[in-house]
Amino acid sequence: MKKILFVNRQAPFGRSYAKESLDALLAASAYDQDISVLFSGDGVFQLIKKQQAKGIEQKNIAATLPALEMYDITKIYVQASALSERDLKLGQLAIDAKPLSETEISALTQNQDSILSF
Amino acid sequence: MIFSLAVYAAPYSQEGSATALRFAESALKQGHQLYRVFFYADGVHNSSHLHTPPQDENNLPKRWKALADNHEVDLVVCIAASLRRGILNSEEAARYEKPSHNCEAPFNISGLGQMIDACVNSDRVITFA
Repeated sequence: MKKILFVNRQAPFGRSYAKESLDALLAASAYDQDISVLFSGDGVFQLIKKQQAKGIEQKNIAATLPALEMYDITKIYVQASALSERDLKLGQLAIDAKPLSETEISALTQNQDSILSF
Repeated sequence: MIFSLAVYAAPYSQEGSATALRFAESALKQGHQLYRVFFYADGVHNSSHLHTPPQDENNLPKRWKALADNHEVDLVVCIAASLRRGILNSEEAARYEKPSHNCEAPFNISGLGQMIDACVNSDRVITFA
């Protein structure tokens, strides 16, 4: 079993990365690997609970996030400093994500076999 | 070392596409193995065989093809990402009743599972966005 970390670094709707990362993440869950996901930088905006994507004819990313647990993806992390820099609180997120410091993120990434960065 | 590459960058728009190609060529030259190149997001545009760059510019699709032909590199294009961006091989064009196709060997259209399989079977996966 390999340790694979998905890193989401982009805001949810300006580019396709958030959606395509989520698609890849759900596909990965079928392969019986040790999957983790980290939301860092502007990627933390993907986690915001109150998204109104309908106005731009998009699917709501945050509405799909609770499905991760059903796919046995439970190692969900968020860069703590990225939240505070954007004045976001854990309570505003659509799912439970464990806040990590830069040191903890460094340890997390060093512990992986593969990192897929979006 | 066994490498795989994940390419999300479109050719001629982002440098990531050309950098991925040079990385692949260099890695093979140095004796490393390339297990797979997986084209995802806008990276699927690298697989169109209709690219017609000016003659004095880098012909990226031609070099990807040469890489695959000379080193048997597995070039896989994500089906979900490619269909919505108008990259179709003859089978998909027939399935969706489209008048033409623009993707053919050595590029293979397949599923996202191939990207995860690349992670499982490679020492390093490098993303080019």
